[in-house]
Amino acid sequence: MYNSIVLVKQVPDTANISGKVMKDDGTVNRAKLPAIFNHEDKIALEFALQVKDKFGGKVSAVTMGPPRASDILRECLYMGADAVYCVTDRKFAGADTLATSYVLSEAIKKIGNYDIIFGGRQAIDGDTAQVGPQTAEKLGIPQITYAEEILELKDRKIKVKRKIDGGFEIVECQLPVLITVLKGAADPRPFSSKKLMAYKGAKSLADLEKMVEGNSLLYIDNLVHEYKERKLFIETLTTDDIDVDPERCGVKGSPTKVHKVESVVLAGGNHIQIEPTKDGISKLVDSLIEDRIF
Amino acid sequence: MSKPQVWVFIEQRSGKPADVSFELLSKGRKLADNMGGILKSIVIGHNVKEIAVETFNYGVNESYLINHPELFYYRTLPYSRILDGLIKKEVPRIVLFGATVIGRDLAPHVASSTKSGLTADCTDLKISDVNYLNKPFKNLLLQIRPAFGGNIIATIITPDVPVQMATVREGVMEMHRFDKPNEIKIREIPFTPTELDDVLKVIEQHREESKVNLKGAPIIVAGGYGLGSKENFNLLFDLAKAIGGEVAGSRAAVDAGFIPSERQVGQTGVTVRPKLYIAVGISGAIQHRAGMQEANKIIAINTDPEAPIFDISHYGIVGDAMDIIPKFIETYKHKLK
Repeated sequence: MYNSIVLVKQVPDTANISGKVMKDDGTVNRAKLPAIFNHEDKIALEFALQVKDKFGGKVSAVTMGPPRASDILRECLYMGADAVYCVTDRKFAGADTLATSYVLSEAIKKIGNYDIIFGGRQAIDGDTAQVGPQTAEKLGIPQITYAEEILELKDRKIKVKRKIDGGFEIVECQLPVLITVLKGAADPRPFSSKKLMAYKGAKSLADLEKMVEGNSLLYIDNLVHEYKERKLFIETLTTDDIDVDPERCGVKGSPTKVHKVESVVLAGGNHIQIEPTKDGISKLVDSLIEDRIF
Repeated sequence: MSKPQVWVFIEQRSGKPADVSFELLSKGRKLADNMGGILKSIVIGHNVKEIAVETFNYGVNESYLINHPELFYYRTLPYSRILDGLIKKEVPRIVLFGATVIGRDLAPHVASSTKSGLTADCTDLKISDVNYLNKPFKNLLLQIRPAFGGNIIATIITPDVPVQMATVREGVMEMHRFDKPNEIKIREIPFTPTELDDVLKVIEQHREESKVNLKGAPIIVAGGYGLGSKENFNLLFDLAKAIGGEVAGSRAAVDAGFIPSERQVGQTGVTVRPKLYIAVGISGAIQHRAGMQEANKIIAINTDPEAPIFDISHYGIVGDAMDIIPKFIETYKHKLK
């Protein structure tokens, strides 16, 4: 039996920027970008579920982000996660990878009881690939990044095929270990319709607080108790729940600062327009010959 | 006060140094000069003294050599422990890593243990005095990278920590080998393996020399997501074959499985500077442009007349590539054969 914790992140869908999210000045309106489940994290969850299918154990998914990040935790439940945790607090906002990995590592210590931590290699909003290794360092456990396949898992040792520059290598590691997985390493399973029906009503603390706000007959403590009983409560971890030094969280705990941001404005440039005809292309080839390109 | 230090981690694979490390030394030399500092190379491996010697051709003032049979294969824990110890002792101002698989595994681990700032995949690095929150800072490292899906270019600084770290992709910085090497000054640092290192063992490694050489190709024909399918990429191979070029792809095309990732051009792929770059069905996100905008001539072929790729192109053709490329091949053959 092996227990896994999976690190997941909700990210803006930066890959599909359409005209609808563009502002008049040619910059992107970030608030309008749809939020999605970072794909490589979904593959990480699939890895964890496969370990569970084969050897038994428990799969917990953890995300750090604003309360709405619990959307992807519901998706984790639909896929088969046994427990989900939303690590959220205003004090965590604005964190760079160092502050993020610090809070995540403390949340993981709180959740405890793990053999393998899985995560995507990187998230599409920053592409840094830093949170995995930094979390492993803070937990004091080994890391296997760029994993493509689990080849063997026995006697508390795992054998993994991982990508390296120009090829691959096979490494063997004692548990516990943190593994980041590469895109293409597995196909995330579809949502189970049974689980979808069971968990679509799962609520986080923030969701329940909203319900209470508009209804004087509801009491938050009772509601939390009720949702916990029905196994529909998305566990929320704040600075009250995990033992963190506020100085190391969020903006305060982030050594990297954004000094300047320049929007990339998409303005028309000066290029020579070539007609898509035989004649046009003939002229183009002529100018390239003249420029000694050909 | 001692001079500020710029360090470059010299990556080697089976004893062969990575190009990106020498590119970083060339950039590191400039950064060191700009702040009146010195450049050091950190060489870790087994039988790698020659690599340390070679770094002196790239403006290195001193090299740290950590040589041990247990360090033949890169492993996170021993390599990170070595750097962690050296960094905490000497407190360099800047440490640079290649944004390779090894660099992206090692740099964050070291940044975490030394609590340093780290910026991934920088497309430019500069030294500048900065006013941040009304406080003046001298000679900070500006870490410049596209962010947020390429819609912004961010300048990142790490003002409050002693060590500033960054990773840079291969090909982004230009390599400059001096004819006359600096005076060789190698300091050998002893290494003692620990039991903890052996929790992870490398069982076997397979590497193949890549047959694709985008960096050296005079002509590159690149396709994007707009091409629609893997089959349609065959047309690009036909064109490349006809005019003597290599085929590349944008990240979107790689993600869609149209073309393997070793052919990816852009911020998270390879940076190229060919004579001619033909961009087919590529919209031209900043990350892609970061990898090809220094091409001598750029031709863009796209069905969307508003595609940003046209902004940086010398020639633009609005239309269907499936129709235009065969015409191009035919015309080329007719005129040049």
